[in-house]
Amino acid sequence: MSESLIFHFDVDGEDFTSAGQASVQVKKNLRRLGISPEIIRQVSIAMYEGEINMVIHAHGGSADVVVNEDKIEIILADKGPGIADIELAMQEGYSTAPDSVRSLGFGAGMGLPNMKRYTDEMTIESKVGEGTTIKMVVKL
Amino acid sequence: MTVSEICEKCGFEPVVLPEAEREVNGGYIGDLLSWVMGRAKADSAWITIMSNINIVAVASLTDVACIILAEGVTVDENIKNTAEAKGVNILSSSLPAYETAVAISGL
Repeated sequence: MSESLIFHFDVDGEDFTSAGQASVQVKKNLRRLGISPEIIRQVSIAMYEGEINMVIHAHGGSADVVVNEDKIEIILADKGPGIADIELAMQEGYSTAPDSVRSLGFGAGMGLPNMKRYTDEMTIESKVGEGTTIKMVVKL
Repeated sequence: MTVSEICEKCGFEPVVLPEAEREVNGGYIGDLLSWVMGRAKADSAWITIMSNINIVAVASLTDVACIILAEGVTVDENIKNTAEAKGVNILSSSLPAYETAVAISGL
């Protein structure tokens, strides 16, 4: 691959049941490119957690996956409420998700920690009232 | 051991088995989806009582070999169709999660 490949997705903020469509599509695309199963697992779980977060907290957003020769970048952007205390949000078990989401098995406070766990680099830019952009890198 | 062998030998009910001959290596029990994605290993049998549509995406992305619904939990047609389309195996066990794991472990 001499040039990078970009996959863009709009994440629907209203439809909880379809959350994950972008991640599943990315998984298929990466498989076609011959990326190793473990890398695909890392990228698609990190992305799914991000998608779920955007559905729970931010009424949706956008997801871009950029496949380069040496790394895969995932950029998730939303215009949601922002994260007031990023350090706190990164702690395993900390969650502000409502009970309705918890009954579906989400909201355990493991989303952001999982995104960090499965990626080599992760940066969060967030402004309260304006939105959040998360960039993740998985090295190939 | 394959998913279909586990299904037959443990007396579980096959719900959908689009990839019945997939090898199973280990297991994980959990209902909180992010815990499953953070801890379950690829090719595991994932035992859960969670039965909403999101389990199919979680199983697919985590690359587990199958979902085993414990306690006789059932899923609706929409979930079966989605699982079939995404190649996600689903079994159902009438036993609680612990006994389900014990049954597999005894094979």
